Amino acid sequence: MQKLGDFKLPPFFNYPPYFTLQPVKETREKQVQLWKDLILDFCKNQKIFVISLEEDFSLFSNPAIERSLSHEAKVVFLSALVNDGRAEWMDKGHKKCLILWLRIQDWADHILRFVRDNGLEDGVTTVEDIRSGFETRGTELAGIDRGVLIRALKLLEQKGKAVIFKGSSADDEGVKFSA
Amino acid sequence: MRLCLALFLSKSQPTQLQSLQPLHSLPSPMASLFRLPAAQLTTSCRPIFLPGEVERCLLPGVDLDSDDSDRPTPLLPFQSSLLVLTSHRLVFIDEASASAREISLPSIIKIYPLKKSMSIRSMFASPRVRLQVAVSNDGTISEKGTRSTVIILVMRGKNMDPDVFYGRFMEVIRAREWELTASANQGNTGLEGSSSGARVNDLKITMPVVGVSGILRKEQESWESTDKSLQDAFQDLNALMSKAKEMVQLAEKMRQKLLATGSNSQSNSNDEETVSKQDMQDWLLIVGIASPVTKETAGALYHQQLSRQLADFVKVPLEKAGGMITLVDVYCLFNRARGTELISPEDLLQACALWEKFDVPVMLRKFDSGVKVIQNKSHSDDEVFARISSLAQKPDALRKGISPSDAAFTLGIAPALAKEHLLSAENRGLLCRDVSAEGLRFYINLFNEIDSTNIYS
Repeated sequence: MQKLGDFKLPPFFNYPPYFTLQPVKETREKQVQLWKDLILDFCKNQKIFVISLEEDFSLFSNPAIERSLSHEAKVVFLSALVNDGRAEWMDKGHKKCLILWLRIQDWADHILRFVRDNGLEDGVTTVEDIRSGFETRGTELAGIDRGVLIRALKLLEQKGKAVIFKGSSADDEGVKFSA
Repeated sequence: MRLCLALFLSKSQPTQLQSLQPLHSLPSPMASLFRLPAAQLTTSCRPIFLPGEVERCLLPGVDLDSDDSDRPTPLLPFQSSLLVLTSHRLVFIDEASASAREISLPSIIKIYPLKKSMSIRSMFASPRVRLQVAVSNDGTISEKGTRSTVIILVMRGKNMDPDVFYGRFMEVIRAREWELTASANQGNTGLEGSSSGARVNDLKITMPVVGVSGILRKEQESWESTDKSLQDAFQDLNALMSKAKEMVQLAEKMRQKLLATGSNSQSNSNDEETVSKQDMQDWLLIVGIASPVTKETAGALYHQQLSRQLADFVKVPLEKAGGMITLVDVYCLFNRARGTELISPEDLLQACALWEKFDVPVMLRKFDSGVKVIQNKSHSDDEVFARISSLAQKPDALRKGISPSDAAFTLGIAPALAKEHLLSAENRGLLCRDVSAEGLRFYINLFNEIDSTNIYS
């Protein structure tokens, strides 16, 4: 089975029409669905949060069959993810796309679980700790995109489960969780 | 010879009795007492012509009545048929039932001249041509018959002038081309050159004349016939009436010429010309005939017959092209076959559009991309798709897909058409496309085979 890094690619990745945007409606719907799932799976596996259309993205081409997606195709598939709420355009020009292979809500749940598992209620941690601290290793949270993390924390703040405050250093914030 | 004498000597029956017929005793149609031999038609309801036979005139809406008893009775199967006058026969086509009957011209003994009586009834009645035809003992109208009967052609169609038809009818009878074909067939079977040479001497009508001498000869002939027409026309009133149509055309032509020269030249010698122009216009008014609109009225019939002829013609190329042929190709082939009387693209389109109204085995089809083709009605898209599917599942095609030229080669059709078929198959979801540096190729559609819940298996 073909691999991209250590990600196992599905068999249809070698099917040339997969890389050509299909004009026929039903075929296109099928194709879009497959690409959406593949993008999410790949990003989750590789912990990729941002896809930039101005750079090459390894998933979007298959050198073995000498095919790659056109710009139009990439926009179509990413827009489909945006419509599903699994991605967001980071700029008006649609050049960068934030991939939410876990929704913000899901991230928030993950954080809560992490807090519970590590007994961090009523304690204070930094955002950076949540991202790359010792405890997070091996969990989903390890290496989470900072922007996504902040948003998840803000969501928890709205629910009253956490409070964010400015930390001592300029670029780090602290979080206090409540039970 | 006998026929010509008969024409000069015959007199038409008085019409008084007929005009006084009360309504309730109108003749009842009877089953044909006389049989006409069946004529063969193509699948588009055009007559199948004998060798050397040429179509001369078409009249829609013709009834056939029998004048055998003391008053005319309609012959049932021959009501409102399309009459085709050819150099050899009269063919009555019933388009609704796609059947036809014929009267061969040699079986006509006598043609009565057209009645020109001025009674009110005959002014509004449909023009009629009475014929005496030979009938054999079993009741079939045939030239070998020993008995005879009188039948009437009733022209109910509004389009054609009866005098023109009558004129052509007489011409055709006089020409006796069926004898010519018969003799050409019997004698000189091996020497076709000499028989055609004999033909040129006897009759100049059928032989296509070529070369400058041919053109000169044609010019000469047309002058001669114009001259003769003028002479005949002014000899007596009856003849003039029957020639009126031709006179009008001549007058029109002369008027056009006068108008043309009048506008060109300056006002120096204009007095004479304007006088004659004025005279011409006056004369035309006196005769009381406006320019006939025959082109308009014949237009509908022309397109109908063209349409049928096209349907017949297109069969062979269709076969060769594998059941589907582009309209452009048909245009080229048809015009090439016609030789001199070319048709315009609009004529072709109109002719194809008319096919919907008739029952012909071909149809016009427009693809999404705008390409128009002619295909057999029996052509099945599904069958083509099945062939394409099996082609797309061959090992080579699974790896590399099929291009329009691959498909054209395998299916035996033109590449443009093959591409249309591939696109149609794509629209149906049978194939999907692959665009790359190598161009457009098609693969069998595997998207439907992929299980979205388990894409890694």
